[in-house]
Parts: sequence; C-alpha cells; structure tokens
Amino acid sequence: MSSDTLPLHEERESVVIRFAGDSGDGMQLVGERFGDVSVLSGHDISTYPDYPAEIRAPQGSLMGVSGFQIHFGHQKHVYTPGDSVDALVAMNPAALKVSLPLLQKKGLLVVNQDTFSKSNLKKADYAENPLEDHDLQGQYNILPTAISQLTKEALKDSPLTDREKDRCKNIFALGLMYFLFDRSLTPTIDWLEKKFGKKPEILEANRTVLEAGFHYGETLELMASRVKVKKAEMAPGRYRKITGNQGLALGFILGSKKSDRSLLYAGYPITPASTLLEEMSRHMALGVKTFQGEDEIASIGAAIGASFAGNLGITGTSGPGLCLKAEFAGLAVMTELPLVIVNVQRGGPSTGLPTKVEQADLLQALYGRNGESPMPVISASSPSDCFEVGFEAVRIALEYNTPVTLLSDGYIANGAEPWLVPSASTLPDIQCQAEGQGTNGEYLPFARDPETHIRKLAYPGTAGKEHRIGGLEKDETSKVTSNPDNHEAMVHARAKKVAGIAASIPPTPIFGHPTGDVLVLSWGSVAGAAHSAIEYLHREGIESASHANIRYLNPLPPDLGDIMKNFKQVLIPELNMGQFHMLIRATYLVPAVPLNKVRGQPFAVTEIVAKIQELLHT
Amino acid sequence: MSTPATETKLTKRDFAAETARWCPGCGDYAVLSTMQKVFATLGIPREKIVVVSGIGCSSRFPYYMNTFGFHTIHGRAPTVATGIKLANPDLSVWVITGDGDGLSIGGNHLLHTMRRNLDINVVLFNNHVYALTKGQFSPTSQTGRVTKTSPEGSIDHPIEPVIFALGAEATFVGRTADTMAQHMERILLEAARHKGTSFVEILQHCVIFDHHGWEHLTGRDVRDDNLVQLEAGQPIIFGKDHTKGIRSRGDALEVIPLDTGEYSEADCVVHDPGTMNYLYSRMIARMNHPEFPVPLGVIRAKKDRETYETSLQTKIDAVRKKRGATSDLDALIQGPDSWVVE
Repeated sequence: MSSDTLPLHEERESVVIRFAGDSGDGMQLVGERFGDVSVLSGHDISTYPDYPAEIRAPQGSLMGVSGFQIHFGHQKHVYTPGDSVDALVAMNPAALKVSLPLLQKKGLLVVNQDTFSKSNLKKADYAENPLEDHDLQGQYNILPTAISQLTKEALKDSPLTDREKDRCKNIFALGLMYFLFDRSLTPTIDWLEKKFGKKPEILEANRTVLEAGFHYGETLELMASRVKVKKAEMAPGRYRKITGNQGLALGFILGSKKSDRSLLYAGYPITPASTLLEEMSRHMALGVKTFQGEDEIASIGAAIGASFAGNLGITGTSGPGLCLKAEFAGLAVMTELPLVIVNVQRGGPSTGLPTKVEQADLLQALYGRNGESPMPVISASSPSDCFEVGFEAVRIALEYNTPVTLLSDGYIANGAEPWLVPSASTLPDIQCQAEGQGTNGEYLPFARDPETHIRKLAYPGTAGKEHRIGGLEKDETSKVTSNPDNHEAMVHARAKKVAGIAASIPPTPIFGHPTGDVLVLSWGSVAGAAHSAIEYLHREGIESASHANIRYLNPLPPDLGDIMKNFKQVLIPELNMGQFHMLIRATYLVPAVPLNKVRGQPFAVTEIVAKIQELLHT
Repeated sequence: MSTPATETKLTKRDFAAETARWCPGCGDYAVLSTMQKVFATLGIPREKIVVVSGIGCSSRFPYYMNTFGFHTIHGRAPTVATGIKLANPDLSVWVITGDGDGLSIGGNHLLHTMRRNLDINVVLFNNHVYALTKGQFSPTSQTGRVTKTSPEGSIDHPIEPVIFALGAEATFVGRTADTMAQHMERILLEAARHKGTSFVEILQHCVIFDHHGWEHLTGRDVRDDNLVQLEAGQPIIFGKDHTKGIRSRGDALEVIPLDTGEYSEADCVVHDPGTMNYLYSRMIARMNHPEFPVPLGVIRAKKDRETYETSLQTKIDAVRKKRGATSDLDALIQGPDSWVVE
C-alpha cells in the first residue's frame, strides 16, 4: 500500500514521490537519480517512468507531460511504484493538472510557480491560476517555489546561455527533494562528474544548482519537516539496480554462456522493446552479436537462421511487431528450432498506446499463428524477475528445441528496482539437444526421444548430417509428405513435446496460506500489486487471502489445478479484458472471478484489495 | 540418406538429393544440374554449403541439393540466410528465389541484404509469372500481360531485376539464362567466388504459364542478335558474325554496325564491371530488347567493399581489444554500480 498522508514528520515505512514536467524538462533523468541515491541510502525502490509517446510534444501541453514515480522504503511495502503519491513536483501547470489526481490529500506539492503564466495556464486548460485557489491550499501542503528564478540566480556567474541555465531547473528541484527526503548529494555529484567531466561549465552549473536546491530547502523554516523513511532490511548480498529490459539482456547472455551457444539478438526499433536491443548491442566484448533488421520480419528470420546454424537466436519486439513475426514463429514451431521471442507488451490494438502498459497479447502469444502451432509462453513479473525469466526462456528453447515466447510489458521493461545479484556459478548448465560432430550412422532430423518427443539438431558444418528442413510437413527423415498418418502423428508429437515442458516447471510459490477463501492468481506485472494487496490484508489481520503468480503460461504449472482447489474463490486481476481468466476457466473449469483494467495504467493496490474484500464478504 | 564426407574430390552426383518434382521441360532442371556442377567445382565440402529458399517453384531447390538446406517462408529467405551467415561465416550460403518471392513479397529483404553486402549468393529465377499458384502476373510480367488475375492485361509496370540490384548497390550483379549451361556455370562460379552479396538473375523458362518465355532472346536462331555477352575488358560486340557493337555517347548507348566500314571495334565500349561510374552500369543494365541486345554476364563486380560479417567481427575484435575480451560473468551481472548489504 502507499503510505499514509502528510505532514511529513514521523518515520515512514515508505514514501512515493513523483516528478512531473514537460517532456523536455528532464524528469526521467532526475527520477533515475533519485532512485539511484535511494538504493544507496539503503532503501528498496520501485520506479515507474510514465512518459508520452512523443519525444517533444508541444511545450506546456497536457499531452506532453512526462512523469517519473519512485516508491522507496522498507521492502515489505515496496512491490509497486505506488498507487498514489506522497510528494509531487510539478514543473508547470500541465504537469500539475495531469498529476494532481495522484497526489494524496495533505500531500506535499512542490510547484515551479514561475511557469504559471497566462499562456501556460491556458495550455493546461486552467481558467484560473490554481495556486491562488483556496480549496487547493486546504487540500494539499503546497510549496510554491520560484524554481526557474532561483536556478537563474544560482547561475548568475555561470558562462552558460540563459537557455542552458534554464535547462538546469530540474536539478534544482532534485536538490530540494534531496533535502526534504534526507538524501546525500554525493552520489549525484559523482554521477555528474562522470557524465559532464569533459564539459566543465555544464558540470559546474549542475553541481551549483543541485546544491542551491538543497540549501533552499534548509532555509524553508515552515517546511523544515524532513522525512525519515524506514530503511529496507534486505537479505545480505550484493545488489544492483536493474530495469526489466536490462534483466532480460543479462539472462539471455548467461543462457548463452551456460549453453555454450553464441548469441545473436536480432531486433527492430519499437517502443518499449528498443532498450532491449540497445542493451544487447552493448555486450560485443562478450561476443554477443546484434542485428538490427530492416523490419520485424527480418529480425526474427535472422534469429531463426542463426539458431539453424548453431547459435542461440533471440528476437524482441512489442505487440504490433509480434503480429509481423507470426508467420516466422510458425516456421520455428514447424522446424522445431530453438528461438526466444520477447514481446514487451504495450496498449493495443494496432499502434495503440506505445508507452503505456497492457497485458492483452496473451492469447496472441498462445494462439496467434495458423495451424496447430504449440508455443511455450512464459512471463516476467517484475524488473528483478526478468533475469531469471530470460534465462529460463533460453533453457526451454534449447533443451526442447522450440520457440518460446516471453511476455514482458512496458511497466517492467523500463521500471527499475534493486536486484539481489546471483553468482554466475550457481546457474545451471543448459543441455542443447544437438548431435555432435562425427557420430556416424544415419541422421534422422525429426526422430524423437520417445519420452520427451524432442528432436535433435545437426548444425551446418557437421559432415555427414546434411539435411533439409522447412515449413512443409515432413516425416522423421525430413522428407516432404502430406501423408495423413504422418501429419496427425507430427501434430500430436509437437503438442506433446510442448506439454511435456511442464515436467521441468518448479512448484508454484504461494504467498500466504495454501488454503483459504480467496486466491489471487496473477501473471506478469500485476504480480507486484497483487502481492502488495495480500501484504496489506495480512497486516490488517485478514489471513484468508493468498497470492500466486504464474510465470508459466504454456504449459501451465502442473500443480496449479490443485492449488486452486484449496480456495473457495479465485480472483484473476489482469490488464486486459480477461484473457488469462478465459484460459484458466477453459483449462480447469473453475468459476474464477475476473478483475480487468484497460486504462494504460497498472493496477492500484487498493483496486485489488477492494475486489478481494468484496469477494470475502459475499 | 546422407553419406559421410570423404577426402575424395566431389562430383556433380554427390550433390544430388531427392528426385526433383518440377514440370517436365521446366528450366529449373537445367539450373539444378548446373548448380550441382558448380558446387562440385568449388571444392567446398557439402556440409559447409547451405541453400536457403522462400516459397515458389524455384524455392523447392534446397530439397534437391545434398547439402544443408532451409525451405523457409515466402519472400524471407534473405533474412534467414543473413542469420546463418552471421552465426557461421565459414558457410557458403545460397539464396534461391524467384521473381515473385524475391521482388514482390521479399523485395524489401533483398534490397537490404544486398546493400549490407553479406558474403552470400542470391540466385533469382525470373520466369515472369507466379507458377506454383498456377499463373498470376508477377512483378516482372510485362504490362498488358494477360494472366488469371489480369484477364484484361496487367496494368503493372514491371521491374528489371538487375536494375533493382544495382539500385541496392549490390557489389556483384550478373545475368545468365537457363538454356545456356556453360555461360550459367561460368557466371555462377564467378558469383560464388565474389566476396560480398552476389546477385544473379537467371532468365528461366516456365513451360506451363509463360508461353512467351525467353525464346525471343535465347532461341538459337536469334540469340546472337538479341543477346550480348559481356566480358570484362572486352569491347561489347554482338551479332552472328560480330557485326554489331555498342557505343557510348556520354549519357546514352547506341548500337553501331561494324560491317559498313563506318565504325570499328575501337569505337565500342570496353566493358568494365568494376567501374566507379555508376551511370555506366545502369546504362548497360537498361539495355533491352528490341532496341538493344539484352546483356548477359557480369554487369557489375566491385571488390572494394568489406562484407557485413567481416565488419561485424572487426567491431567485436576492436571492442574486445579496447575493453578486454571479458569472460567475467559476475562482473557483467553486477554492473558498475552494485552495492553490498551486510
């Protein structure tokens, strides 16, 4: 749950703050810095970059507002970036208008009053200046600040142009927030030195403004109620801050190392999956090859070609790109080649809401191909879960010789949290199902293990194992045939092989009692809000609700049917119209209850809590 | 099925796989036979050759070659070939495509593959028609062509494959014909030996759906007059008794008689496939029947551009030299800004 209301005097379990400004105001940058400093201060964090699809929407406009939300504090409270905000920084009227509904009553509101000009008010659809509104003053703890003016004054001796000086105002706001929330300036000054080491004027200006913002806070007697936030009691070990797409990239690289397969990642720029292609391209020193194809189709084609030739081929995209890749995904199913397809979901259909979160591609991932085309599907539930899920996708792809679709979403792809870093040596080796070089005897490309139905690959370059594969149905010798018996046998063999992956799925973790009244069943990024809802109810003494997050969507975990039987009701919260709900009902014939949201925004914990309470009282 | 590789020299028969199933009289048989001969000549072990195709009559080709093969999906063979070559640059990678597969649905991939200049070979069988789907007009069908989907005559303007390849700045652009086995063998060998993407158009006969075919060019009685075989460093001369030549008039070409005493061989253009003059290559490629003889041979072959896979490896090597070829996976996972909780 989000923390209680201000005033910010006492020690708090956790606090949610949000920076909001124009899309060119540098809100993402200051949000990232605040997150970095918070983890170094010993807090758990969860961040949520909430930005428009346009790089620079018209200045001062409502559609151009860019936000960055950080939830920090004790780890038992920080599973999501927070339902509502304890402190809001609004750099202009539009940012105030868009973000104010998120601010709790009596919450702290830092406003850059210099931007509240007539024209900016008009752009934000304000008839009157809200800062002069008495109602507003009664509802919130408003701190109007001349951020632009104070920034300019702090830089009166700087050689920068007026325009450049004005661009430092986000750093002033950051400095002020650092004071109010008791953060050290040192990590950010170190960061500035690293970033602007070669531009001393810019470095000096930013440092000056950061300190000016901090000192400004000190002079504010009326607001001098600095907040102490309870530190996290994290398990001992080494941590780093990680975003979902970074986690996937590392999981893939470790998967490639643990399977001794070179990695080719092929992608095409698409929000919010581009940062995955970018991240992969930074690891050339480890031998990672990246290929930016001419389109989504080319990138999956290249990944399949690489897998055929003995590499680990991975491609990543978002929903519209998955549509384009569908025919090739079918080819990978038919030829039974290892391949990981990442879908960082976003709002749809069509171009939809490129920067907003949705989970409406589940059925597409499961069934969006022609023919009987079984596709293993797994999902990531948080930024720190992505590493393990990326590694797991590689394991399934290589050990079963199959394409695997990995569903992430925009909420976790670019959100960040601390991650307890595993030691590389603790990760298991992945056994590729391939024939070695030089083994004599006839090679039958589609001969299968009688138990697992897995076929073995022979890579080009392997003498004596020349063979042809393709999209046409074939017999076990890889000869093209439309023989009815053969087709039926092959359709069943492919289906059984994928169903058999269930044997390698670990027991499903349950948070809370394994029996009770309500089981919240989530998949993907809803996990954080679902977990927090149960944490909250347990704190309130309600122990009869539990939570299970489902990573494996096809095949489903073998223990899921039994788990559900131990609860009177099953609640499935999803950011779609009920796709997992349909799958669960169809598979297990259970009367699960849906909770759906399609607003391009994640669930608030309170929304899930309310639904659970409703079920508990019926 | 497959036989173990031996040290002995390979012959054409070593490359024969299952019996081909094209229509009797199809030009594809001649290409298959020549290709098997070319592969034997190249001396590359069978296991190091991968033949990749899309969908269409020509795309059945991999099934009939006793090498590694991948019959992929319509138009997308260049993308799979790209992945194969990037994964293992030691492989000899061949893309077999047609006018529909390569220039219609797959035009985009072909364009980008050629501009990147991977060291792969693209062989495009041009028969002016969608034959596997039984006779619809293709992107190379002449305007006005009556087909099942253009009963009143096609209104599409056709594309010239070699012009397309030049537009993509392919480093090797050649053309040959299925009825000219020796010429085909020579051009395919040159294509195979070229470092970079080589594009070869084969004028290929479909005996079922392309009745006009290429006979007006390649028929024995007309080929001397209607075709011209380009030879690097040689003047461009054609005609039964070498009585005609091609002269350059700056930004245009013209046919000149060599038997009237007015002109001599010295007036003819000397063919230069490696010229820096792009206009020249385009003018040669644009020569078309009936104003000009249709050029066969190597229209363009530029050796000065690095292949894509070499450039990629160069980058990887440079990064490793600069940062060290790291294998420290823990350092990778931890990143530069980790911290310890005691």
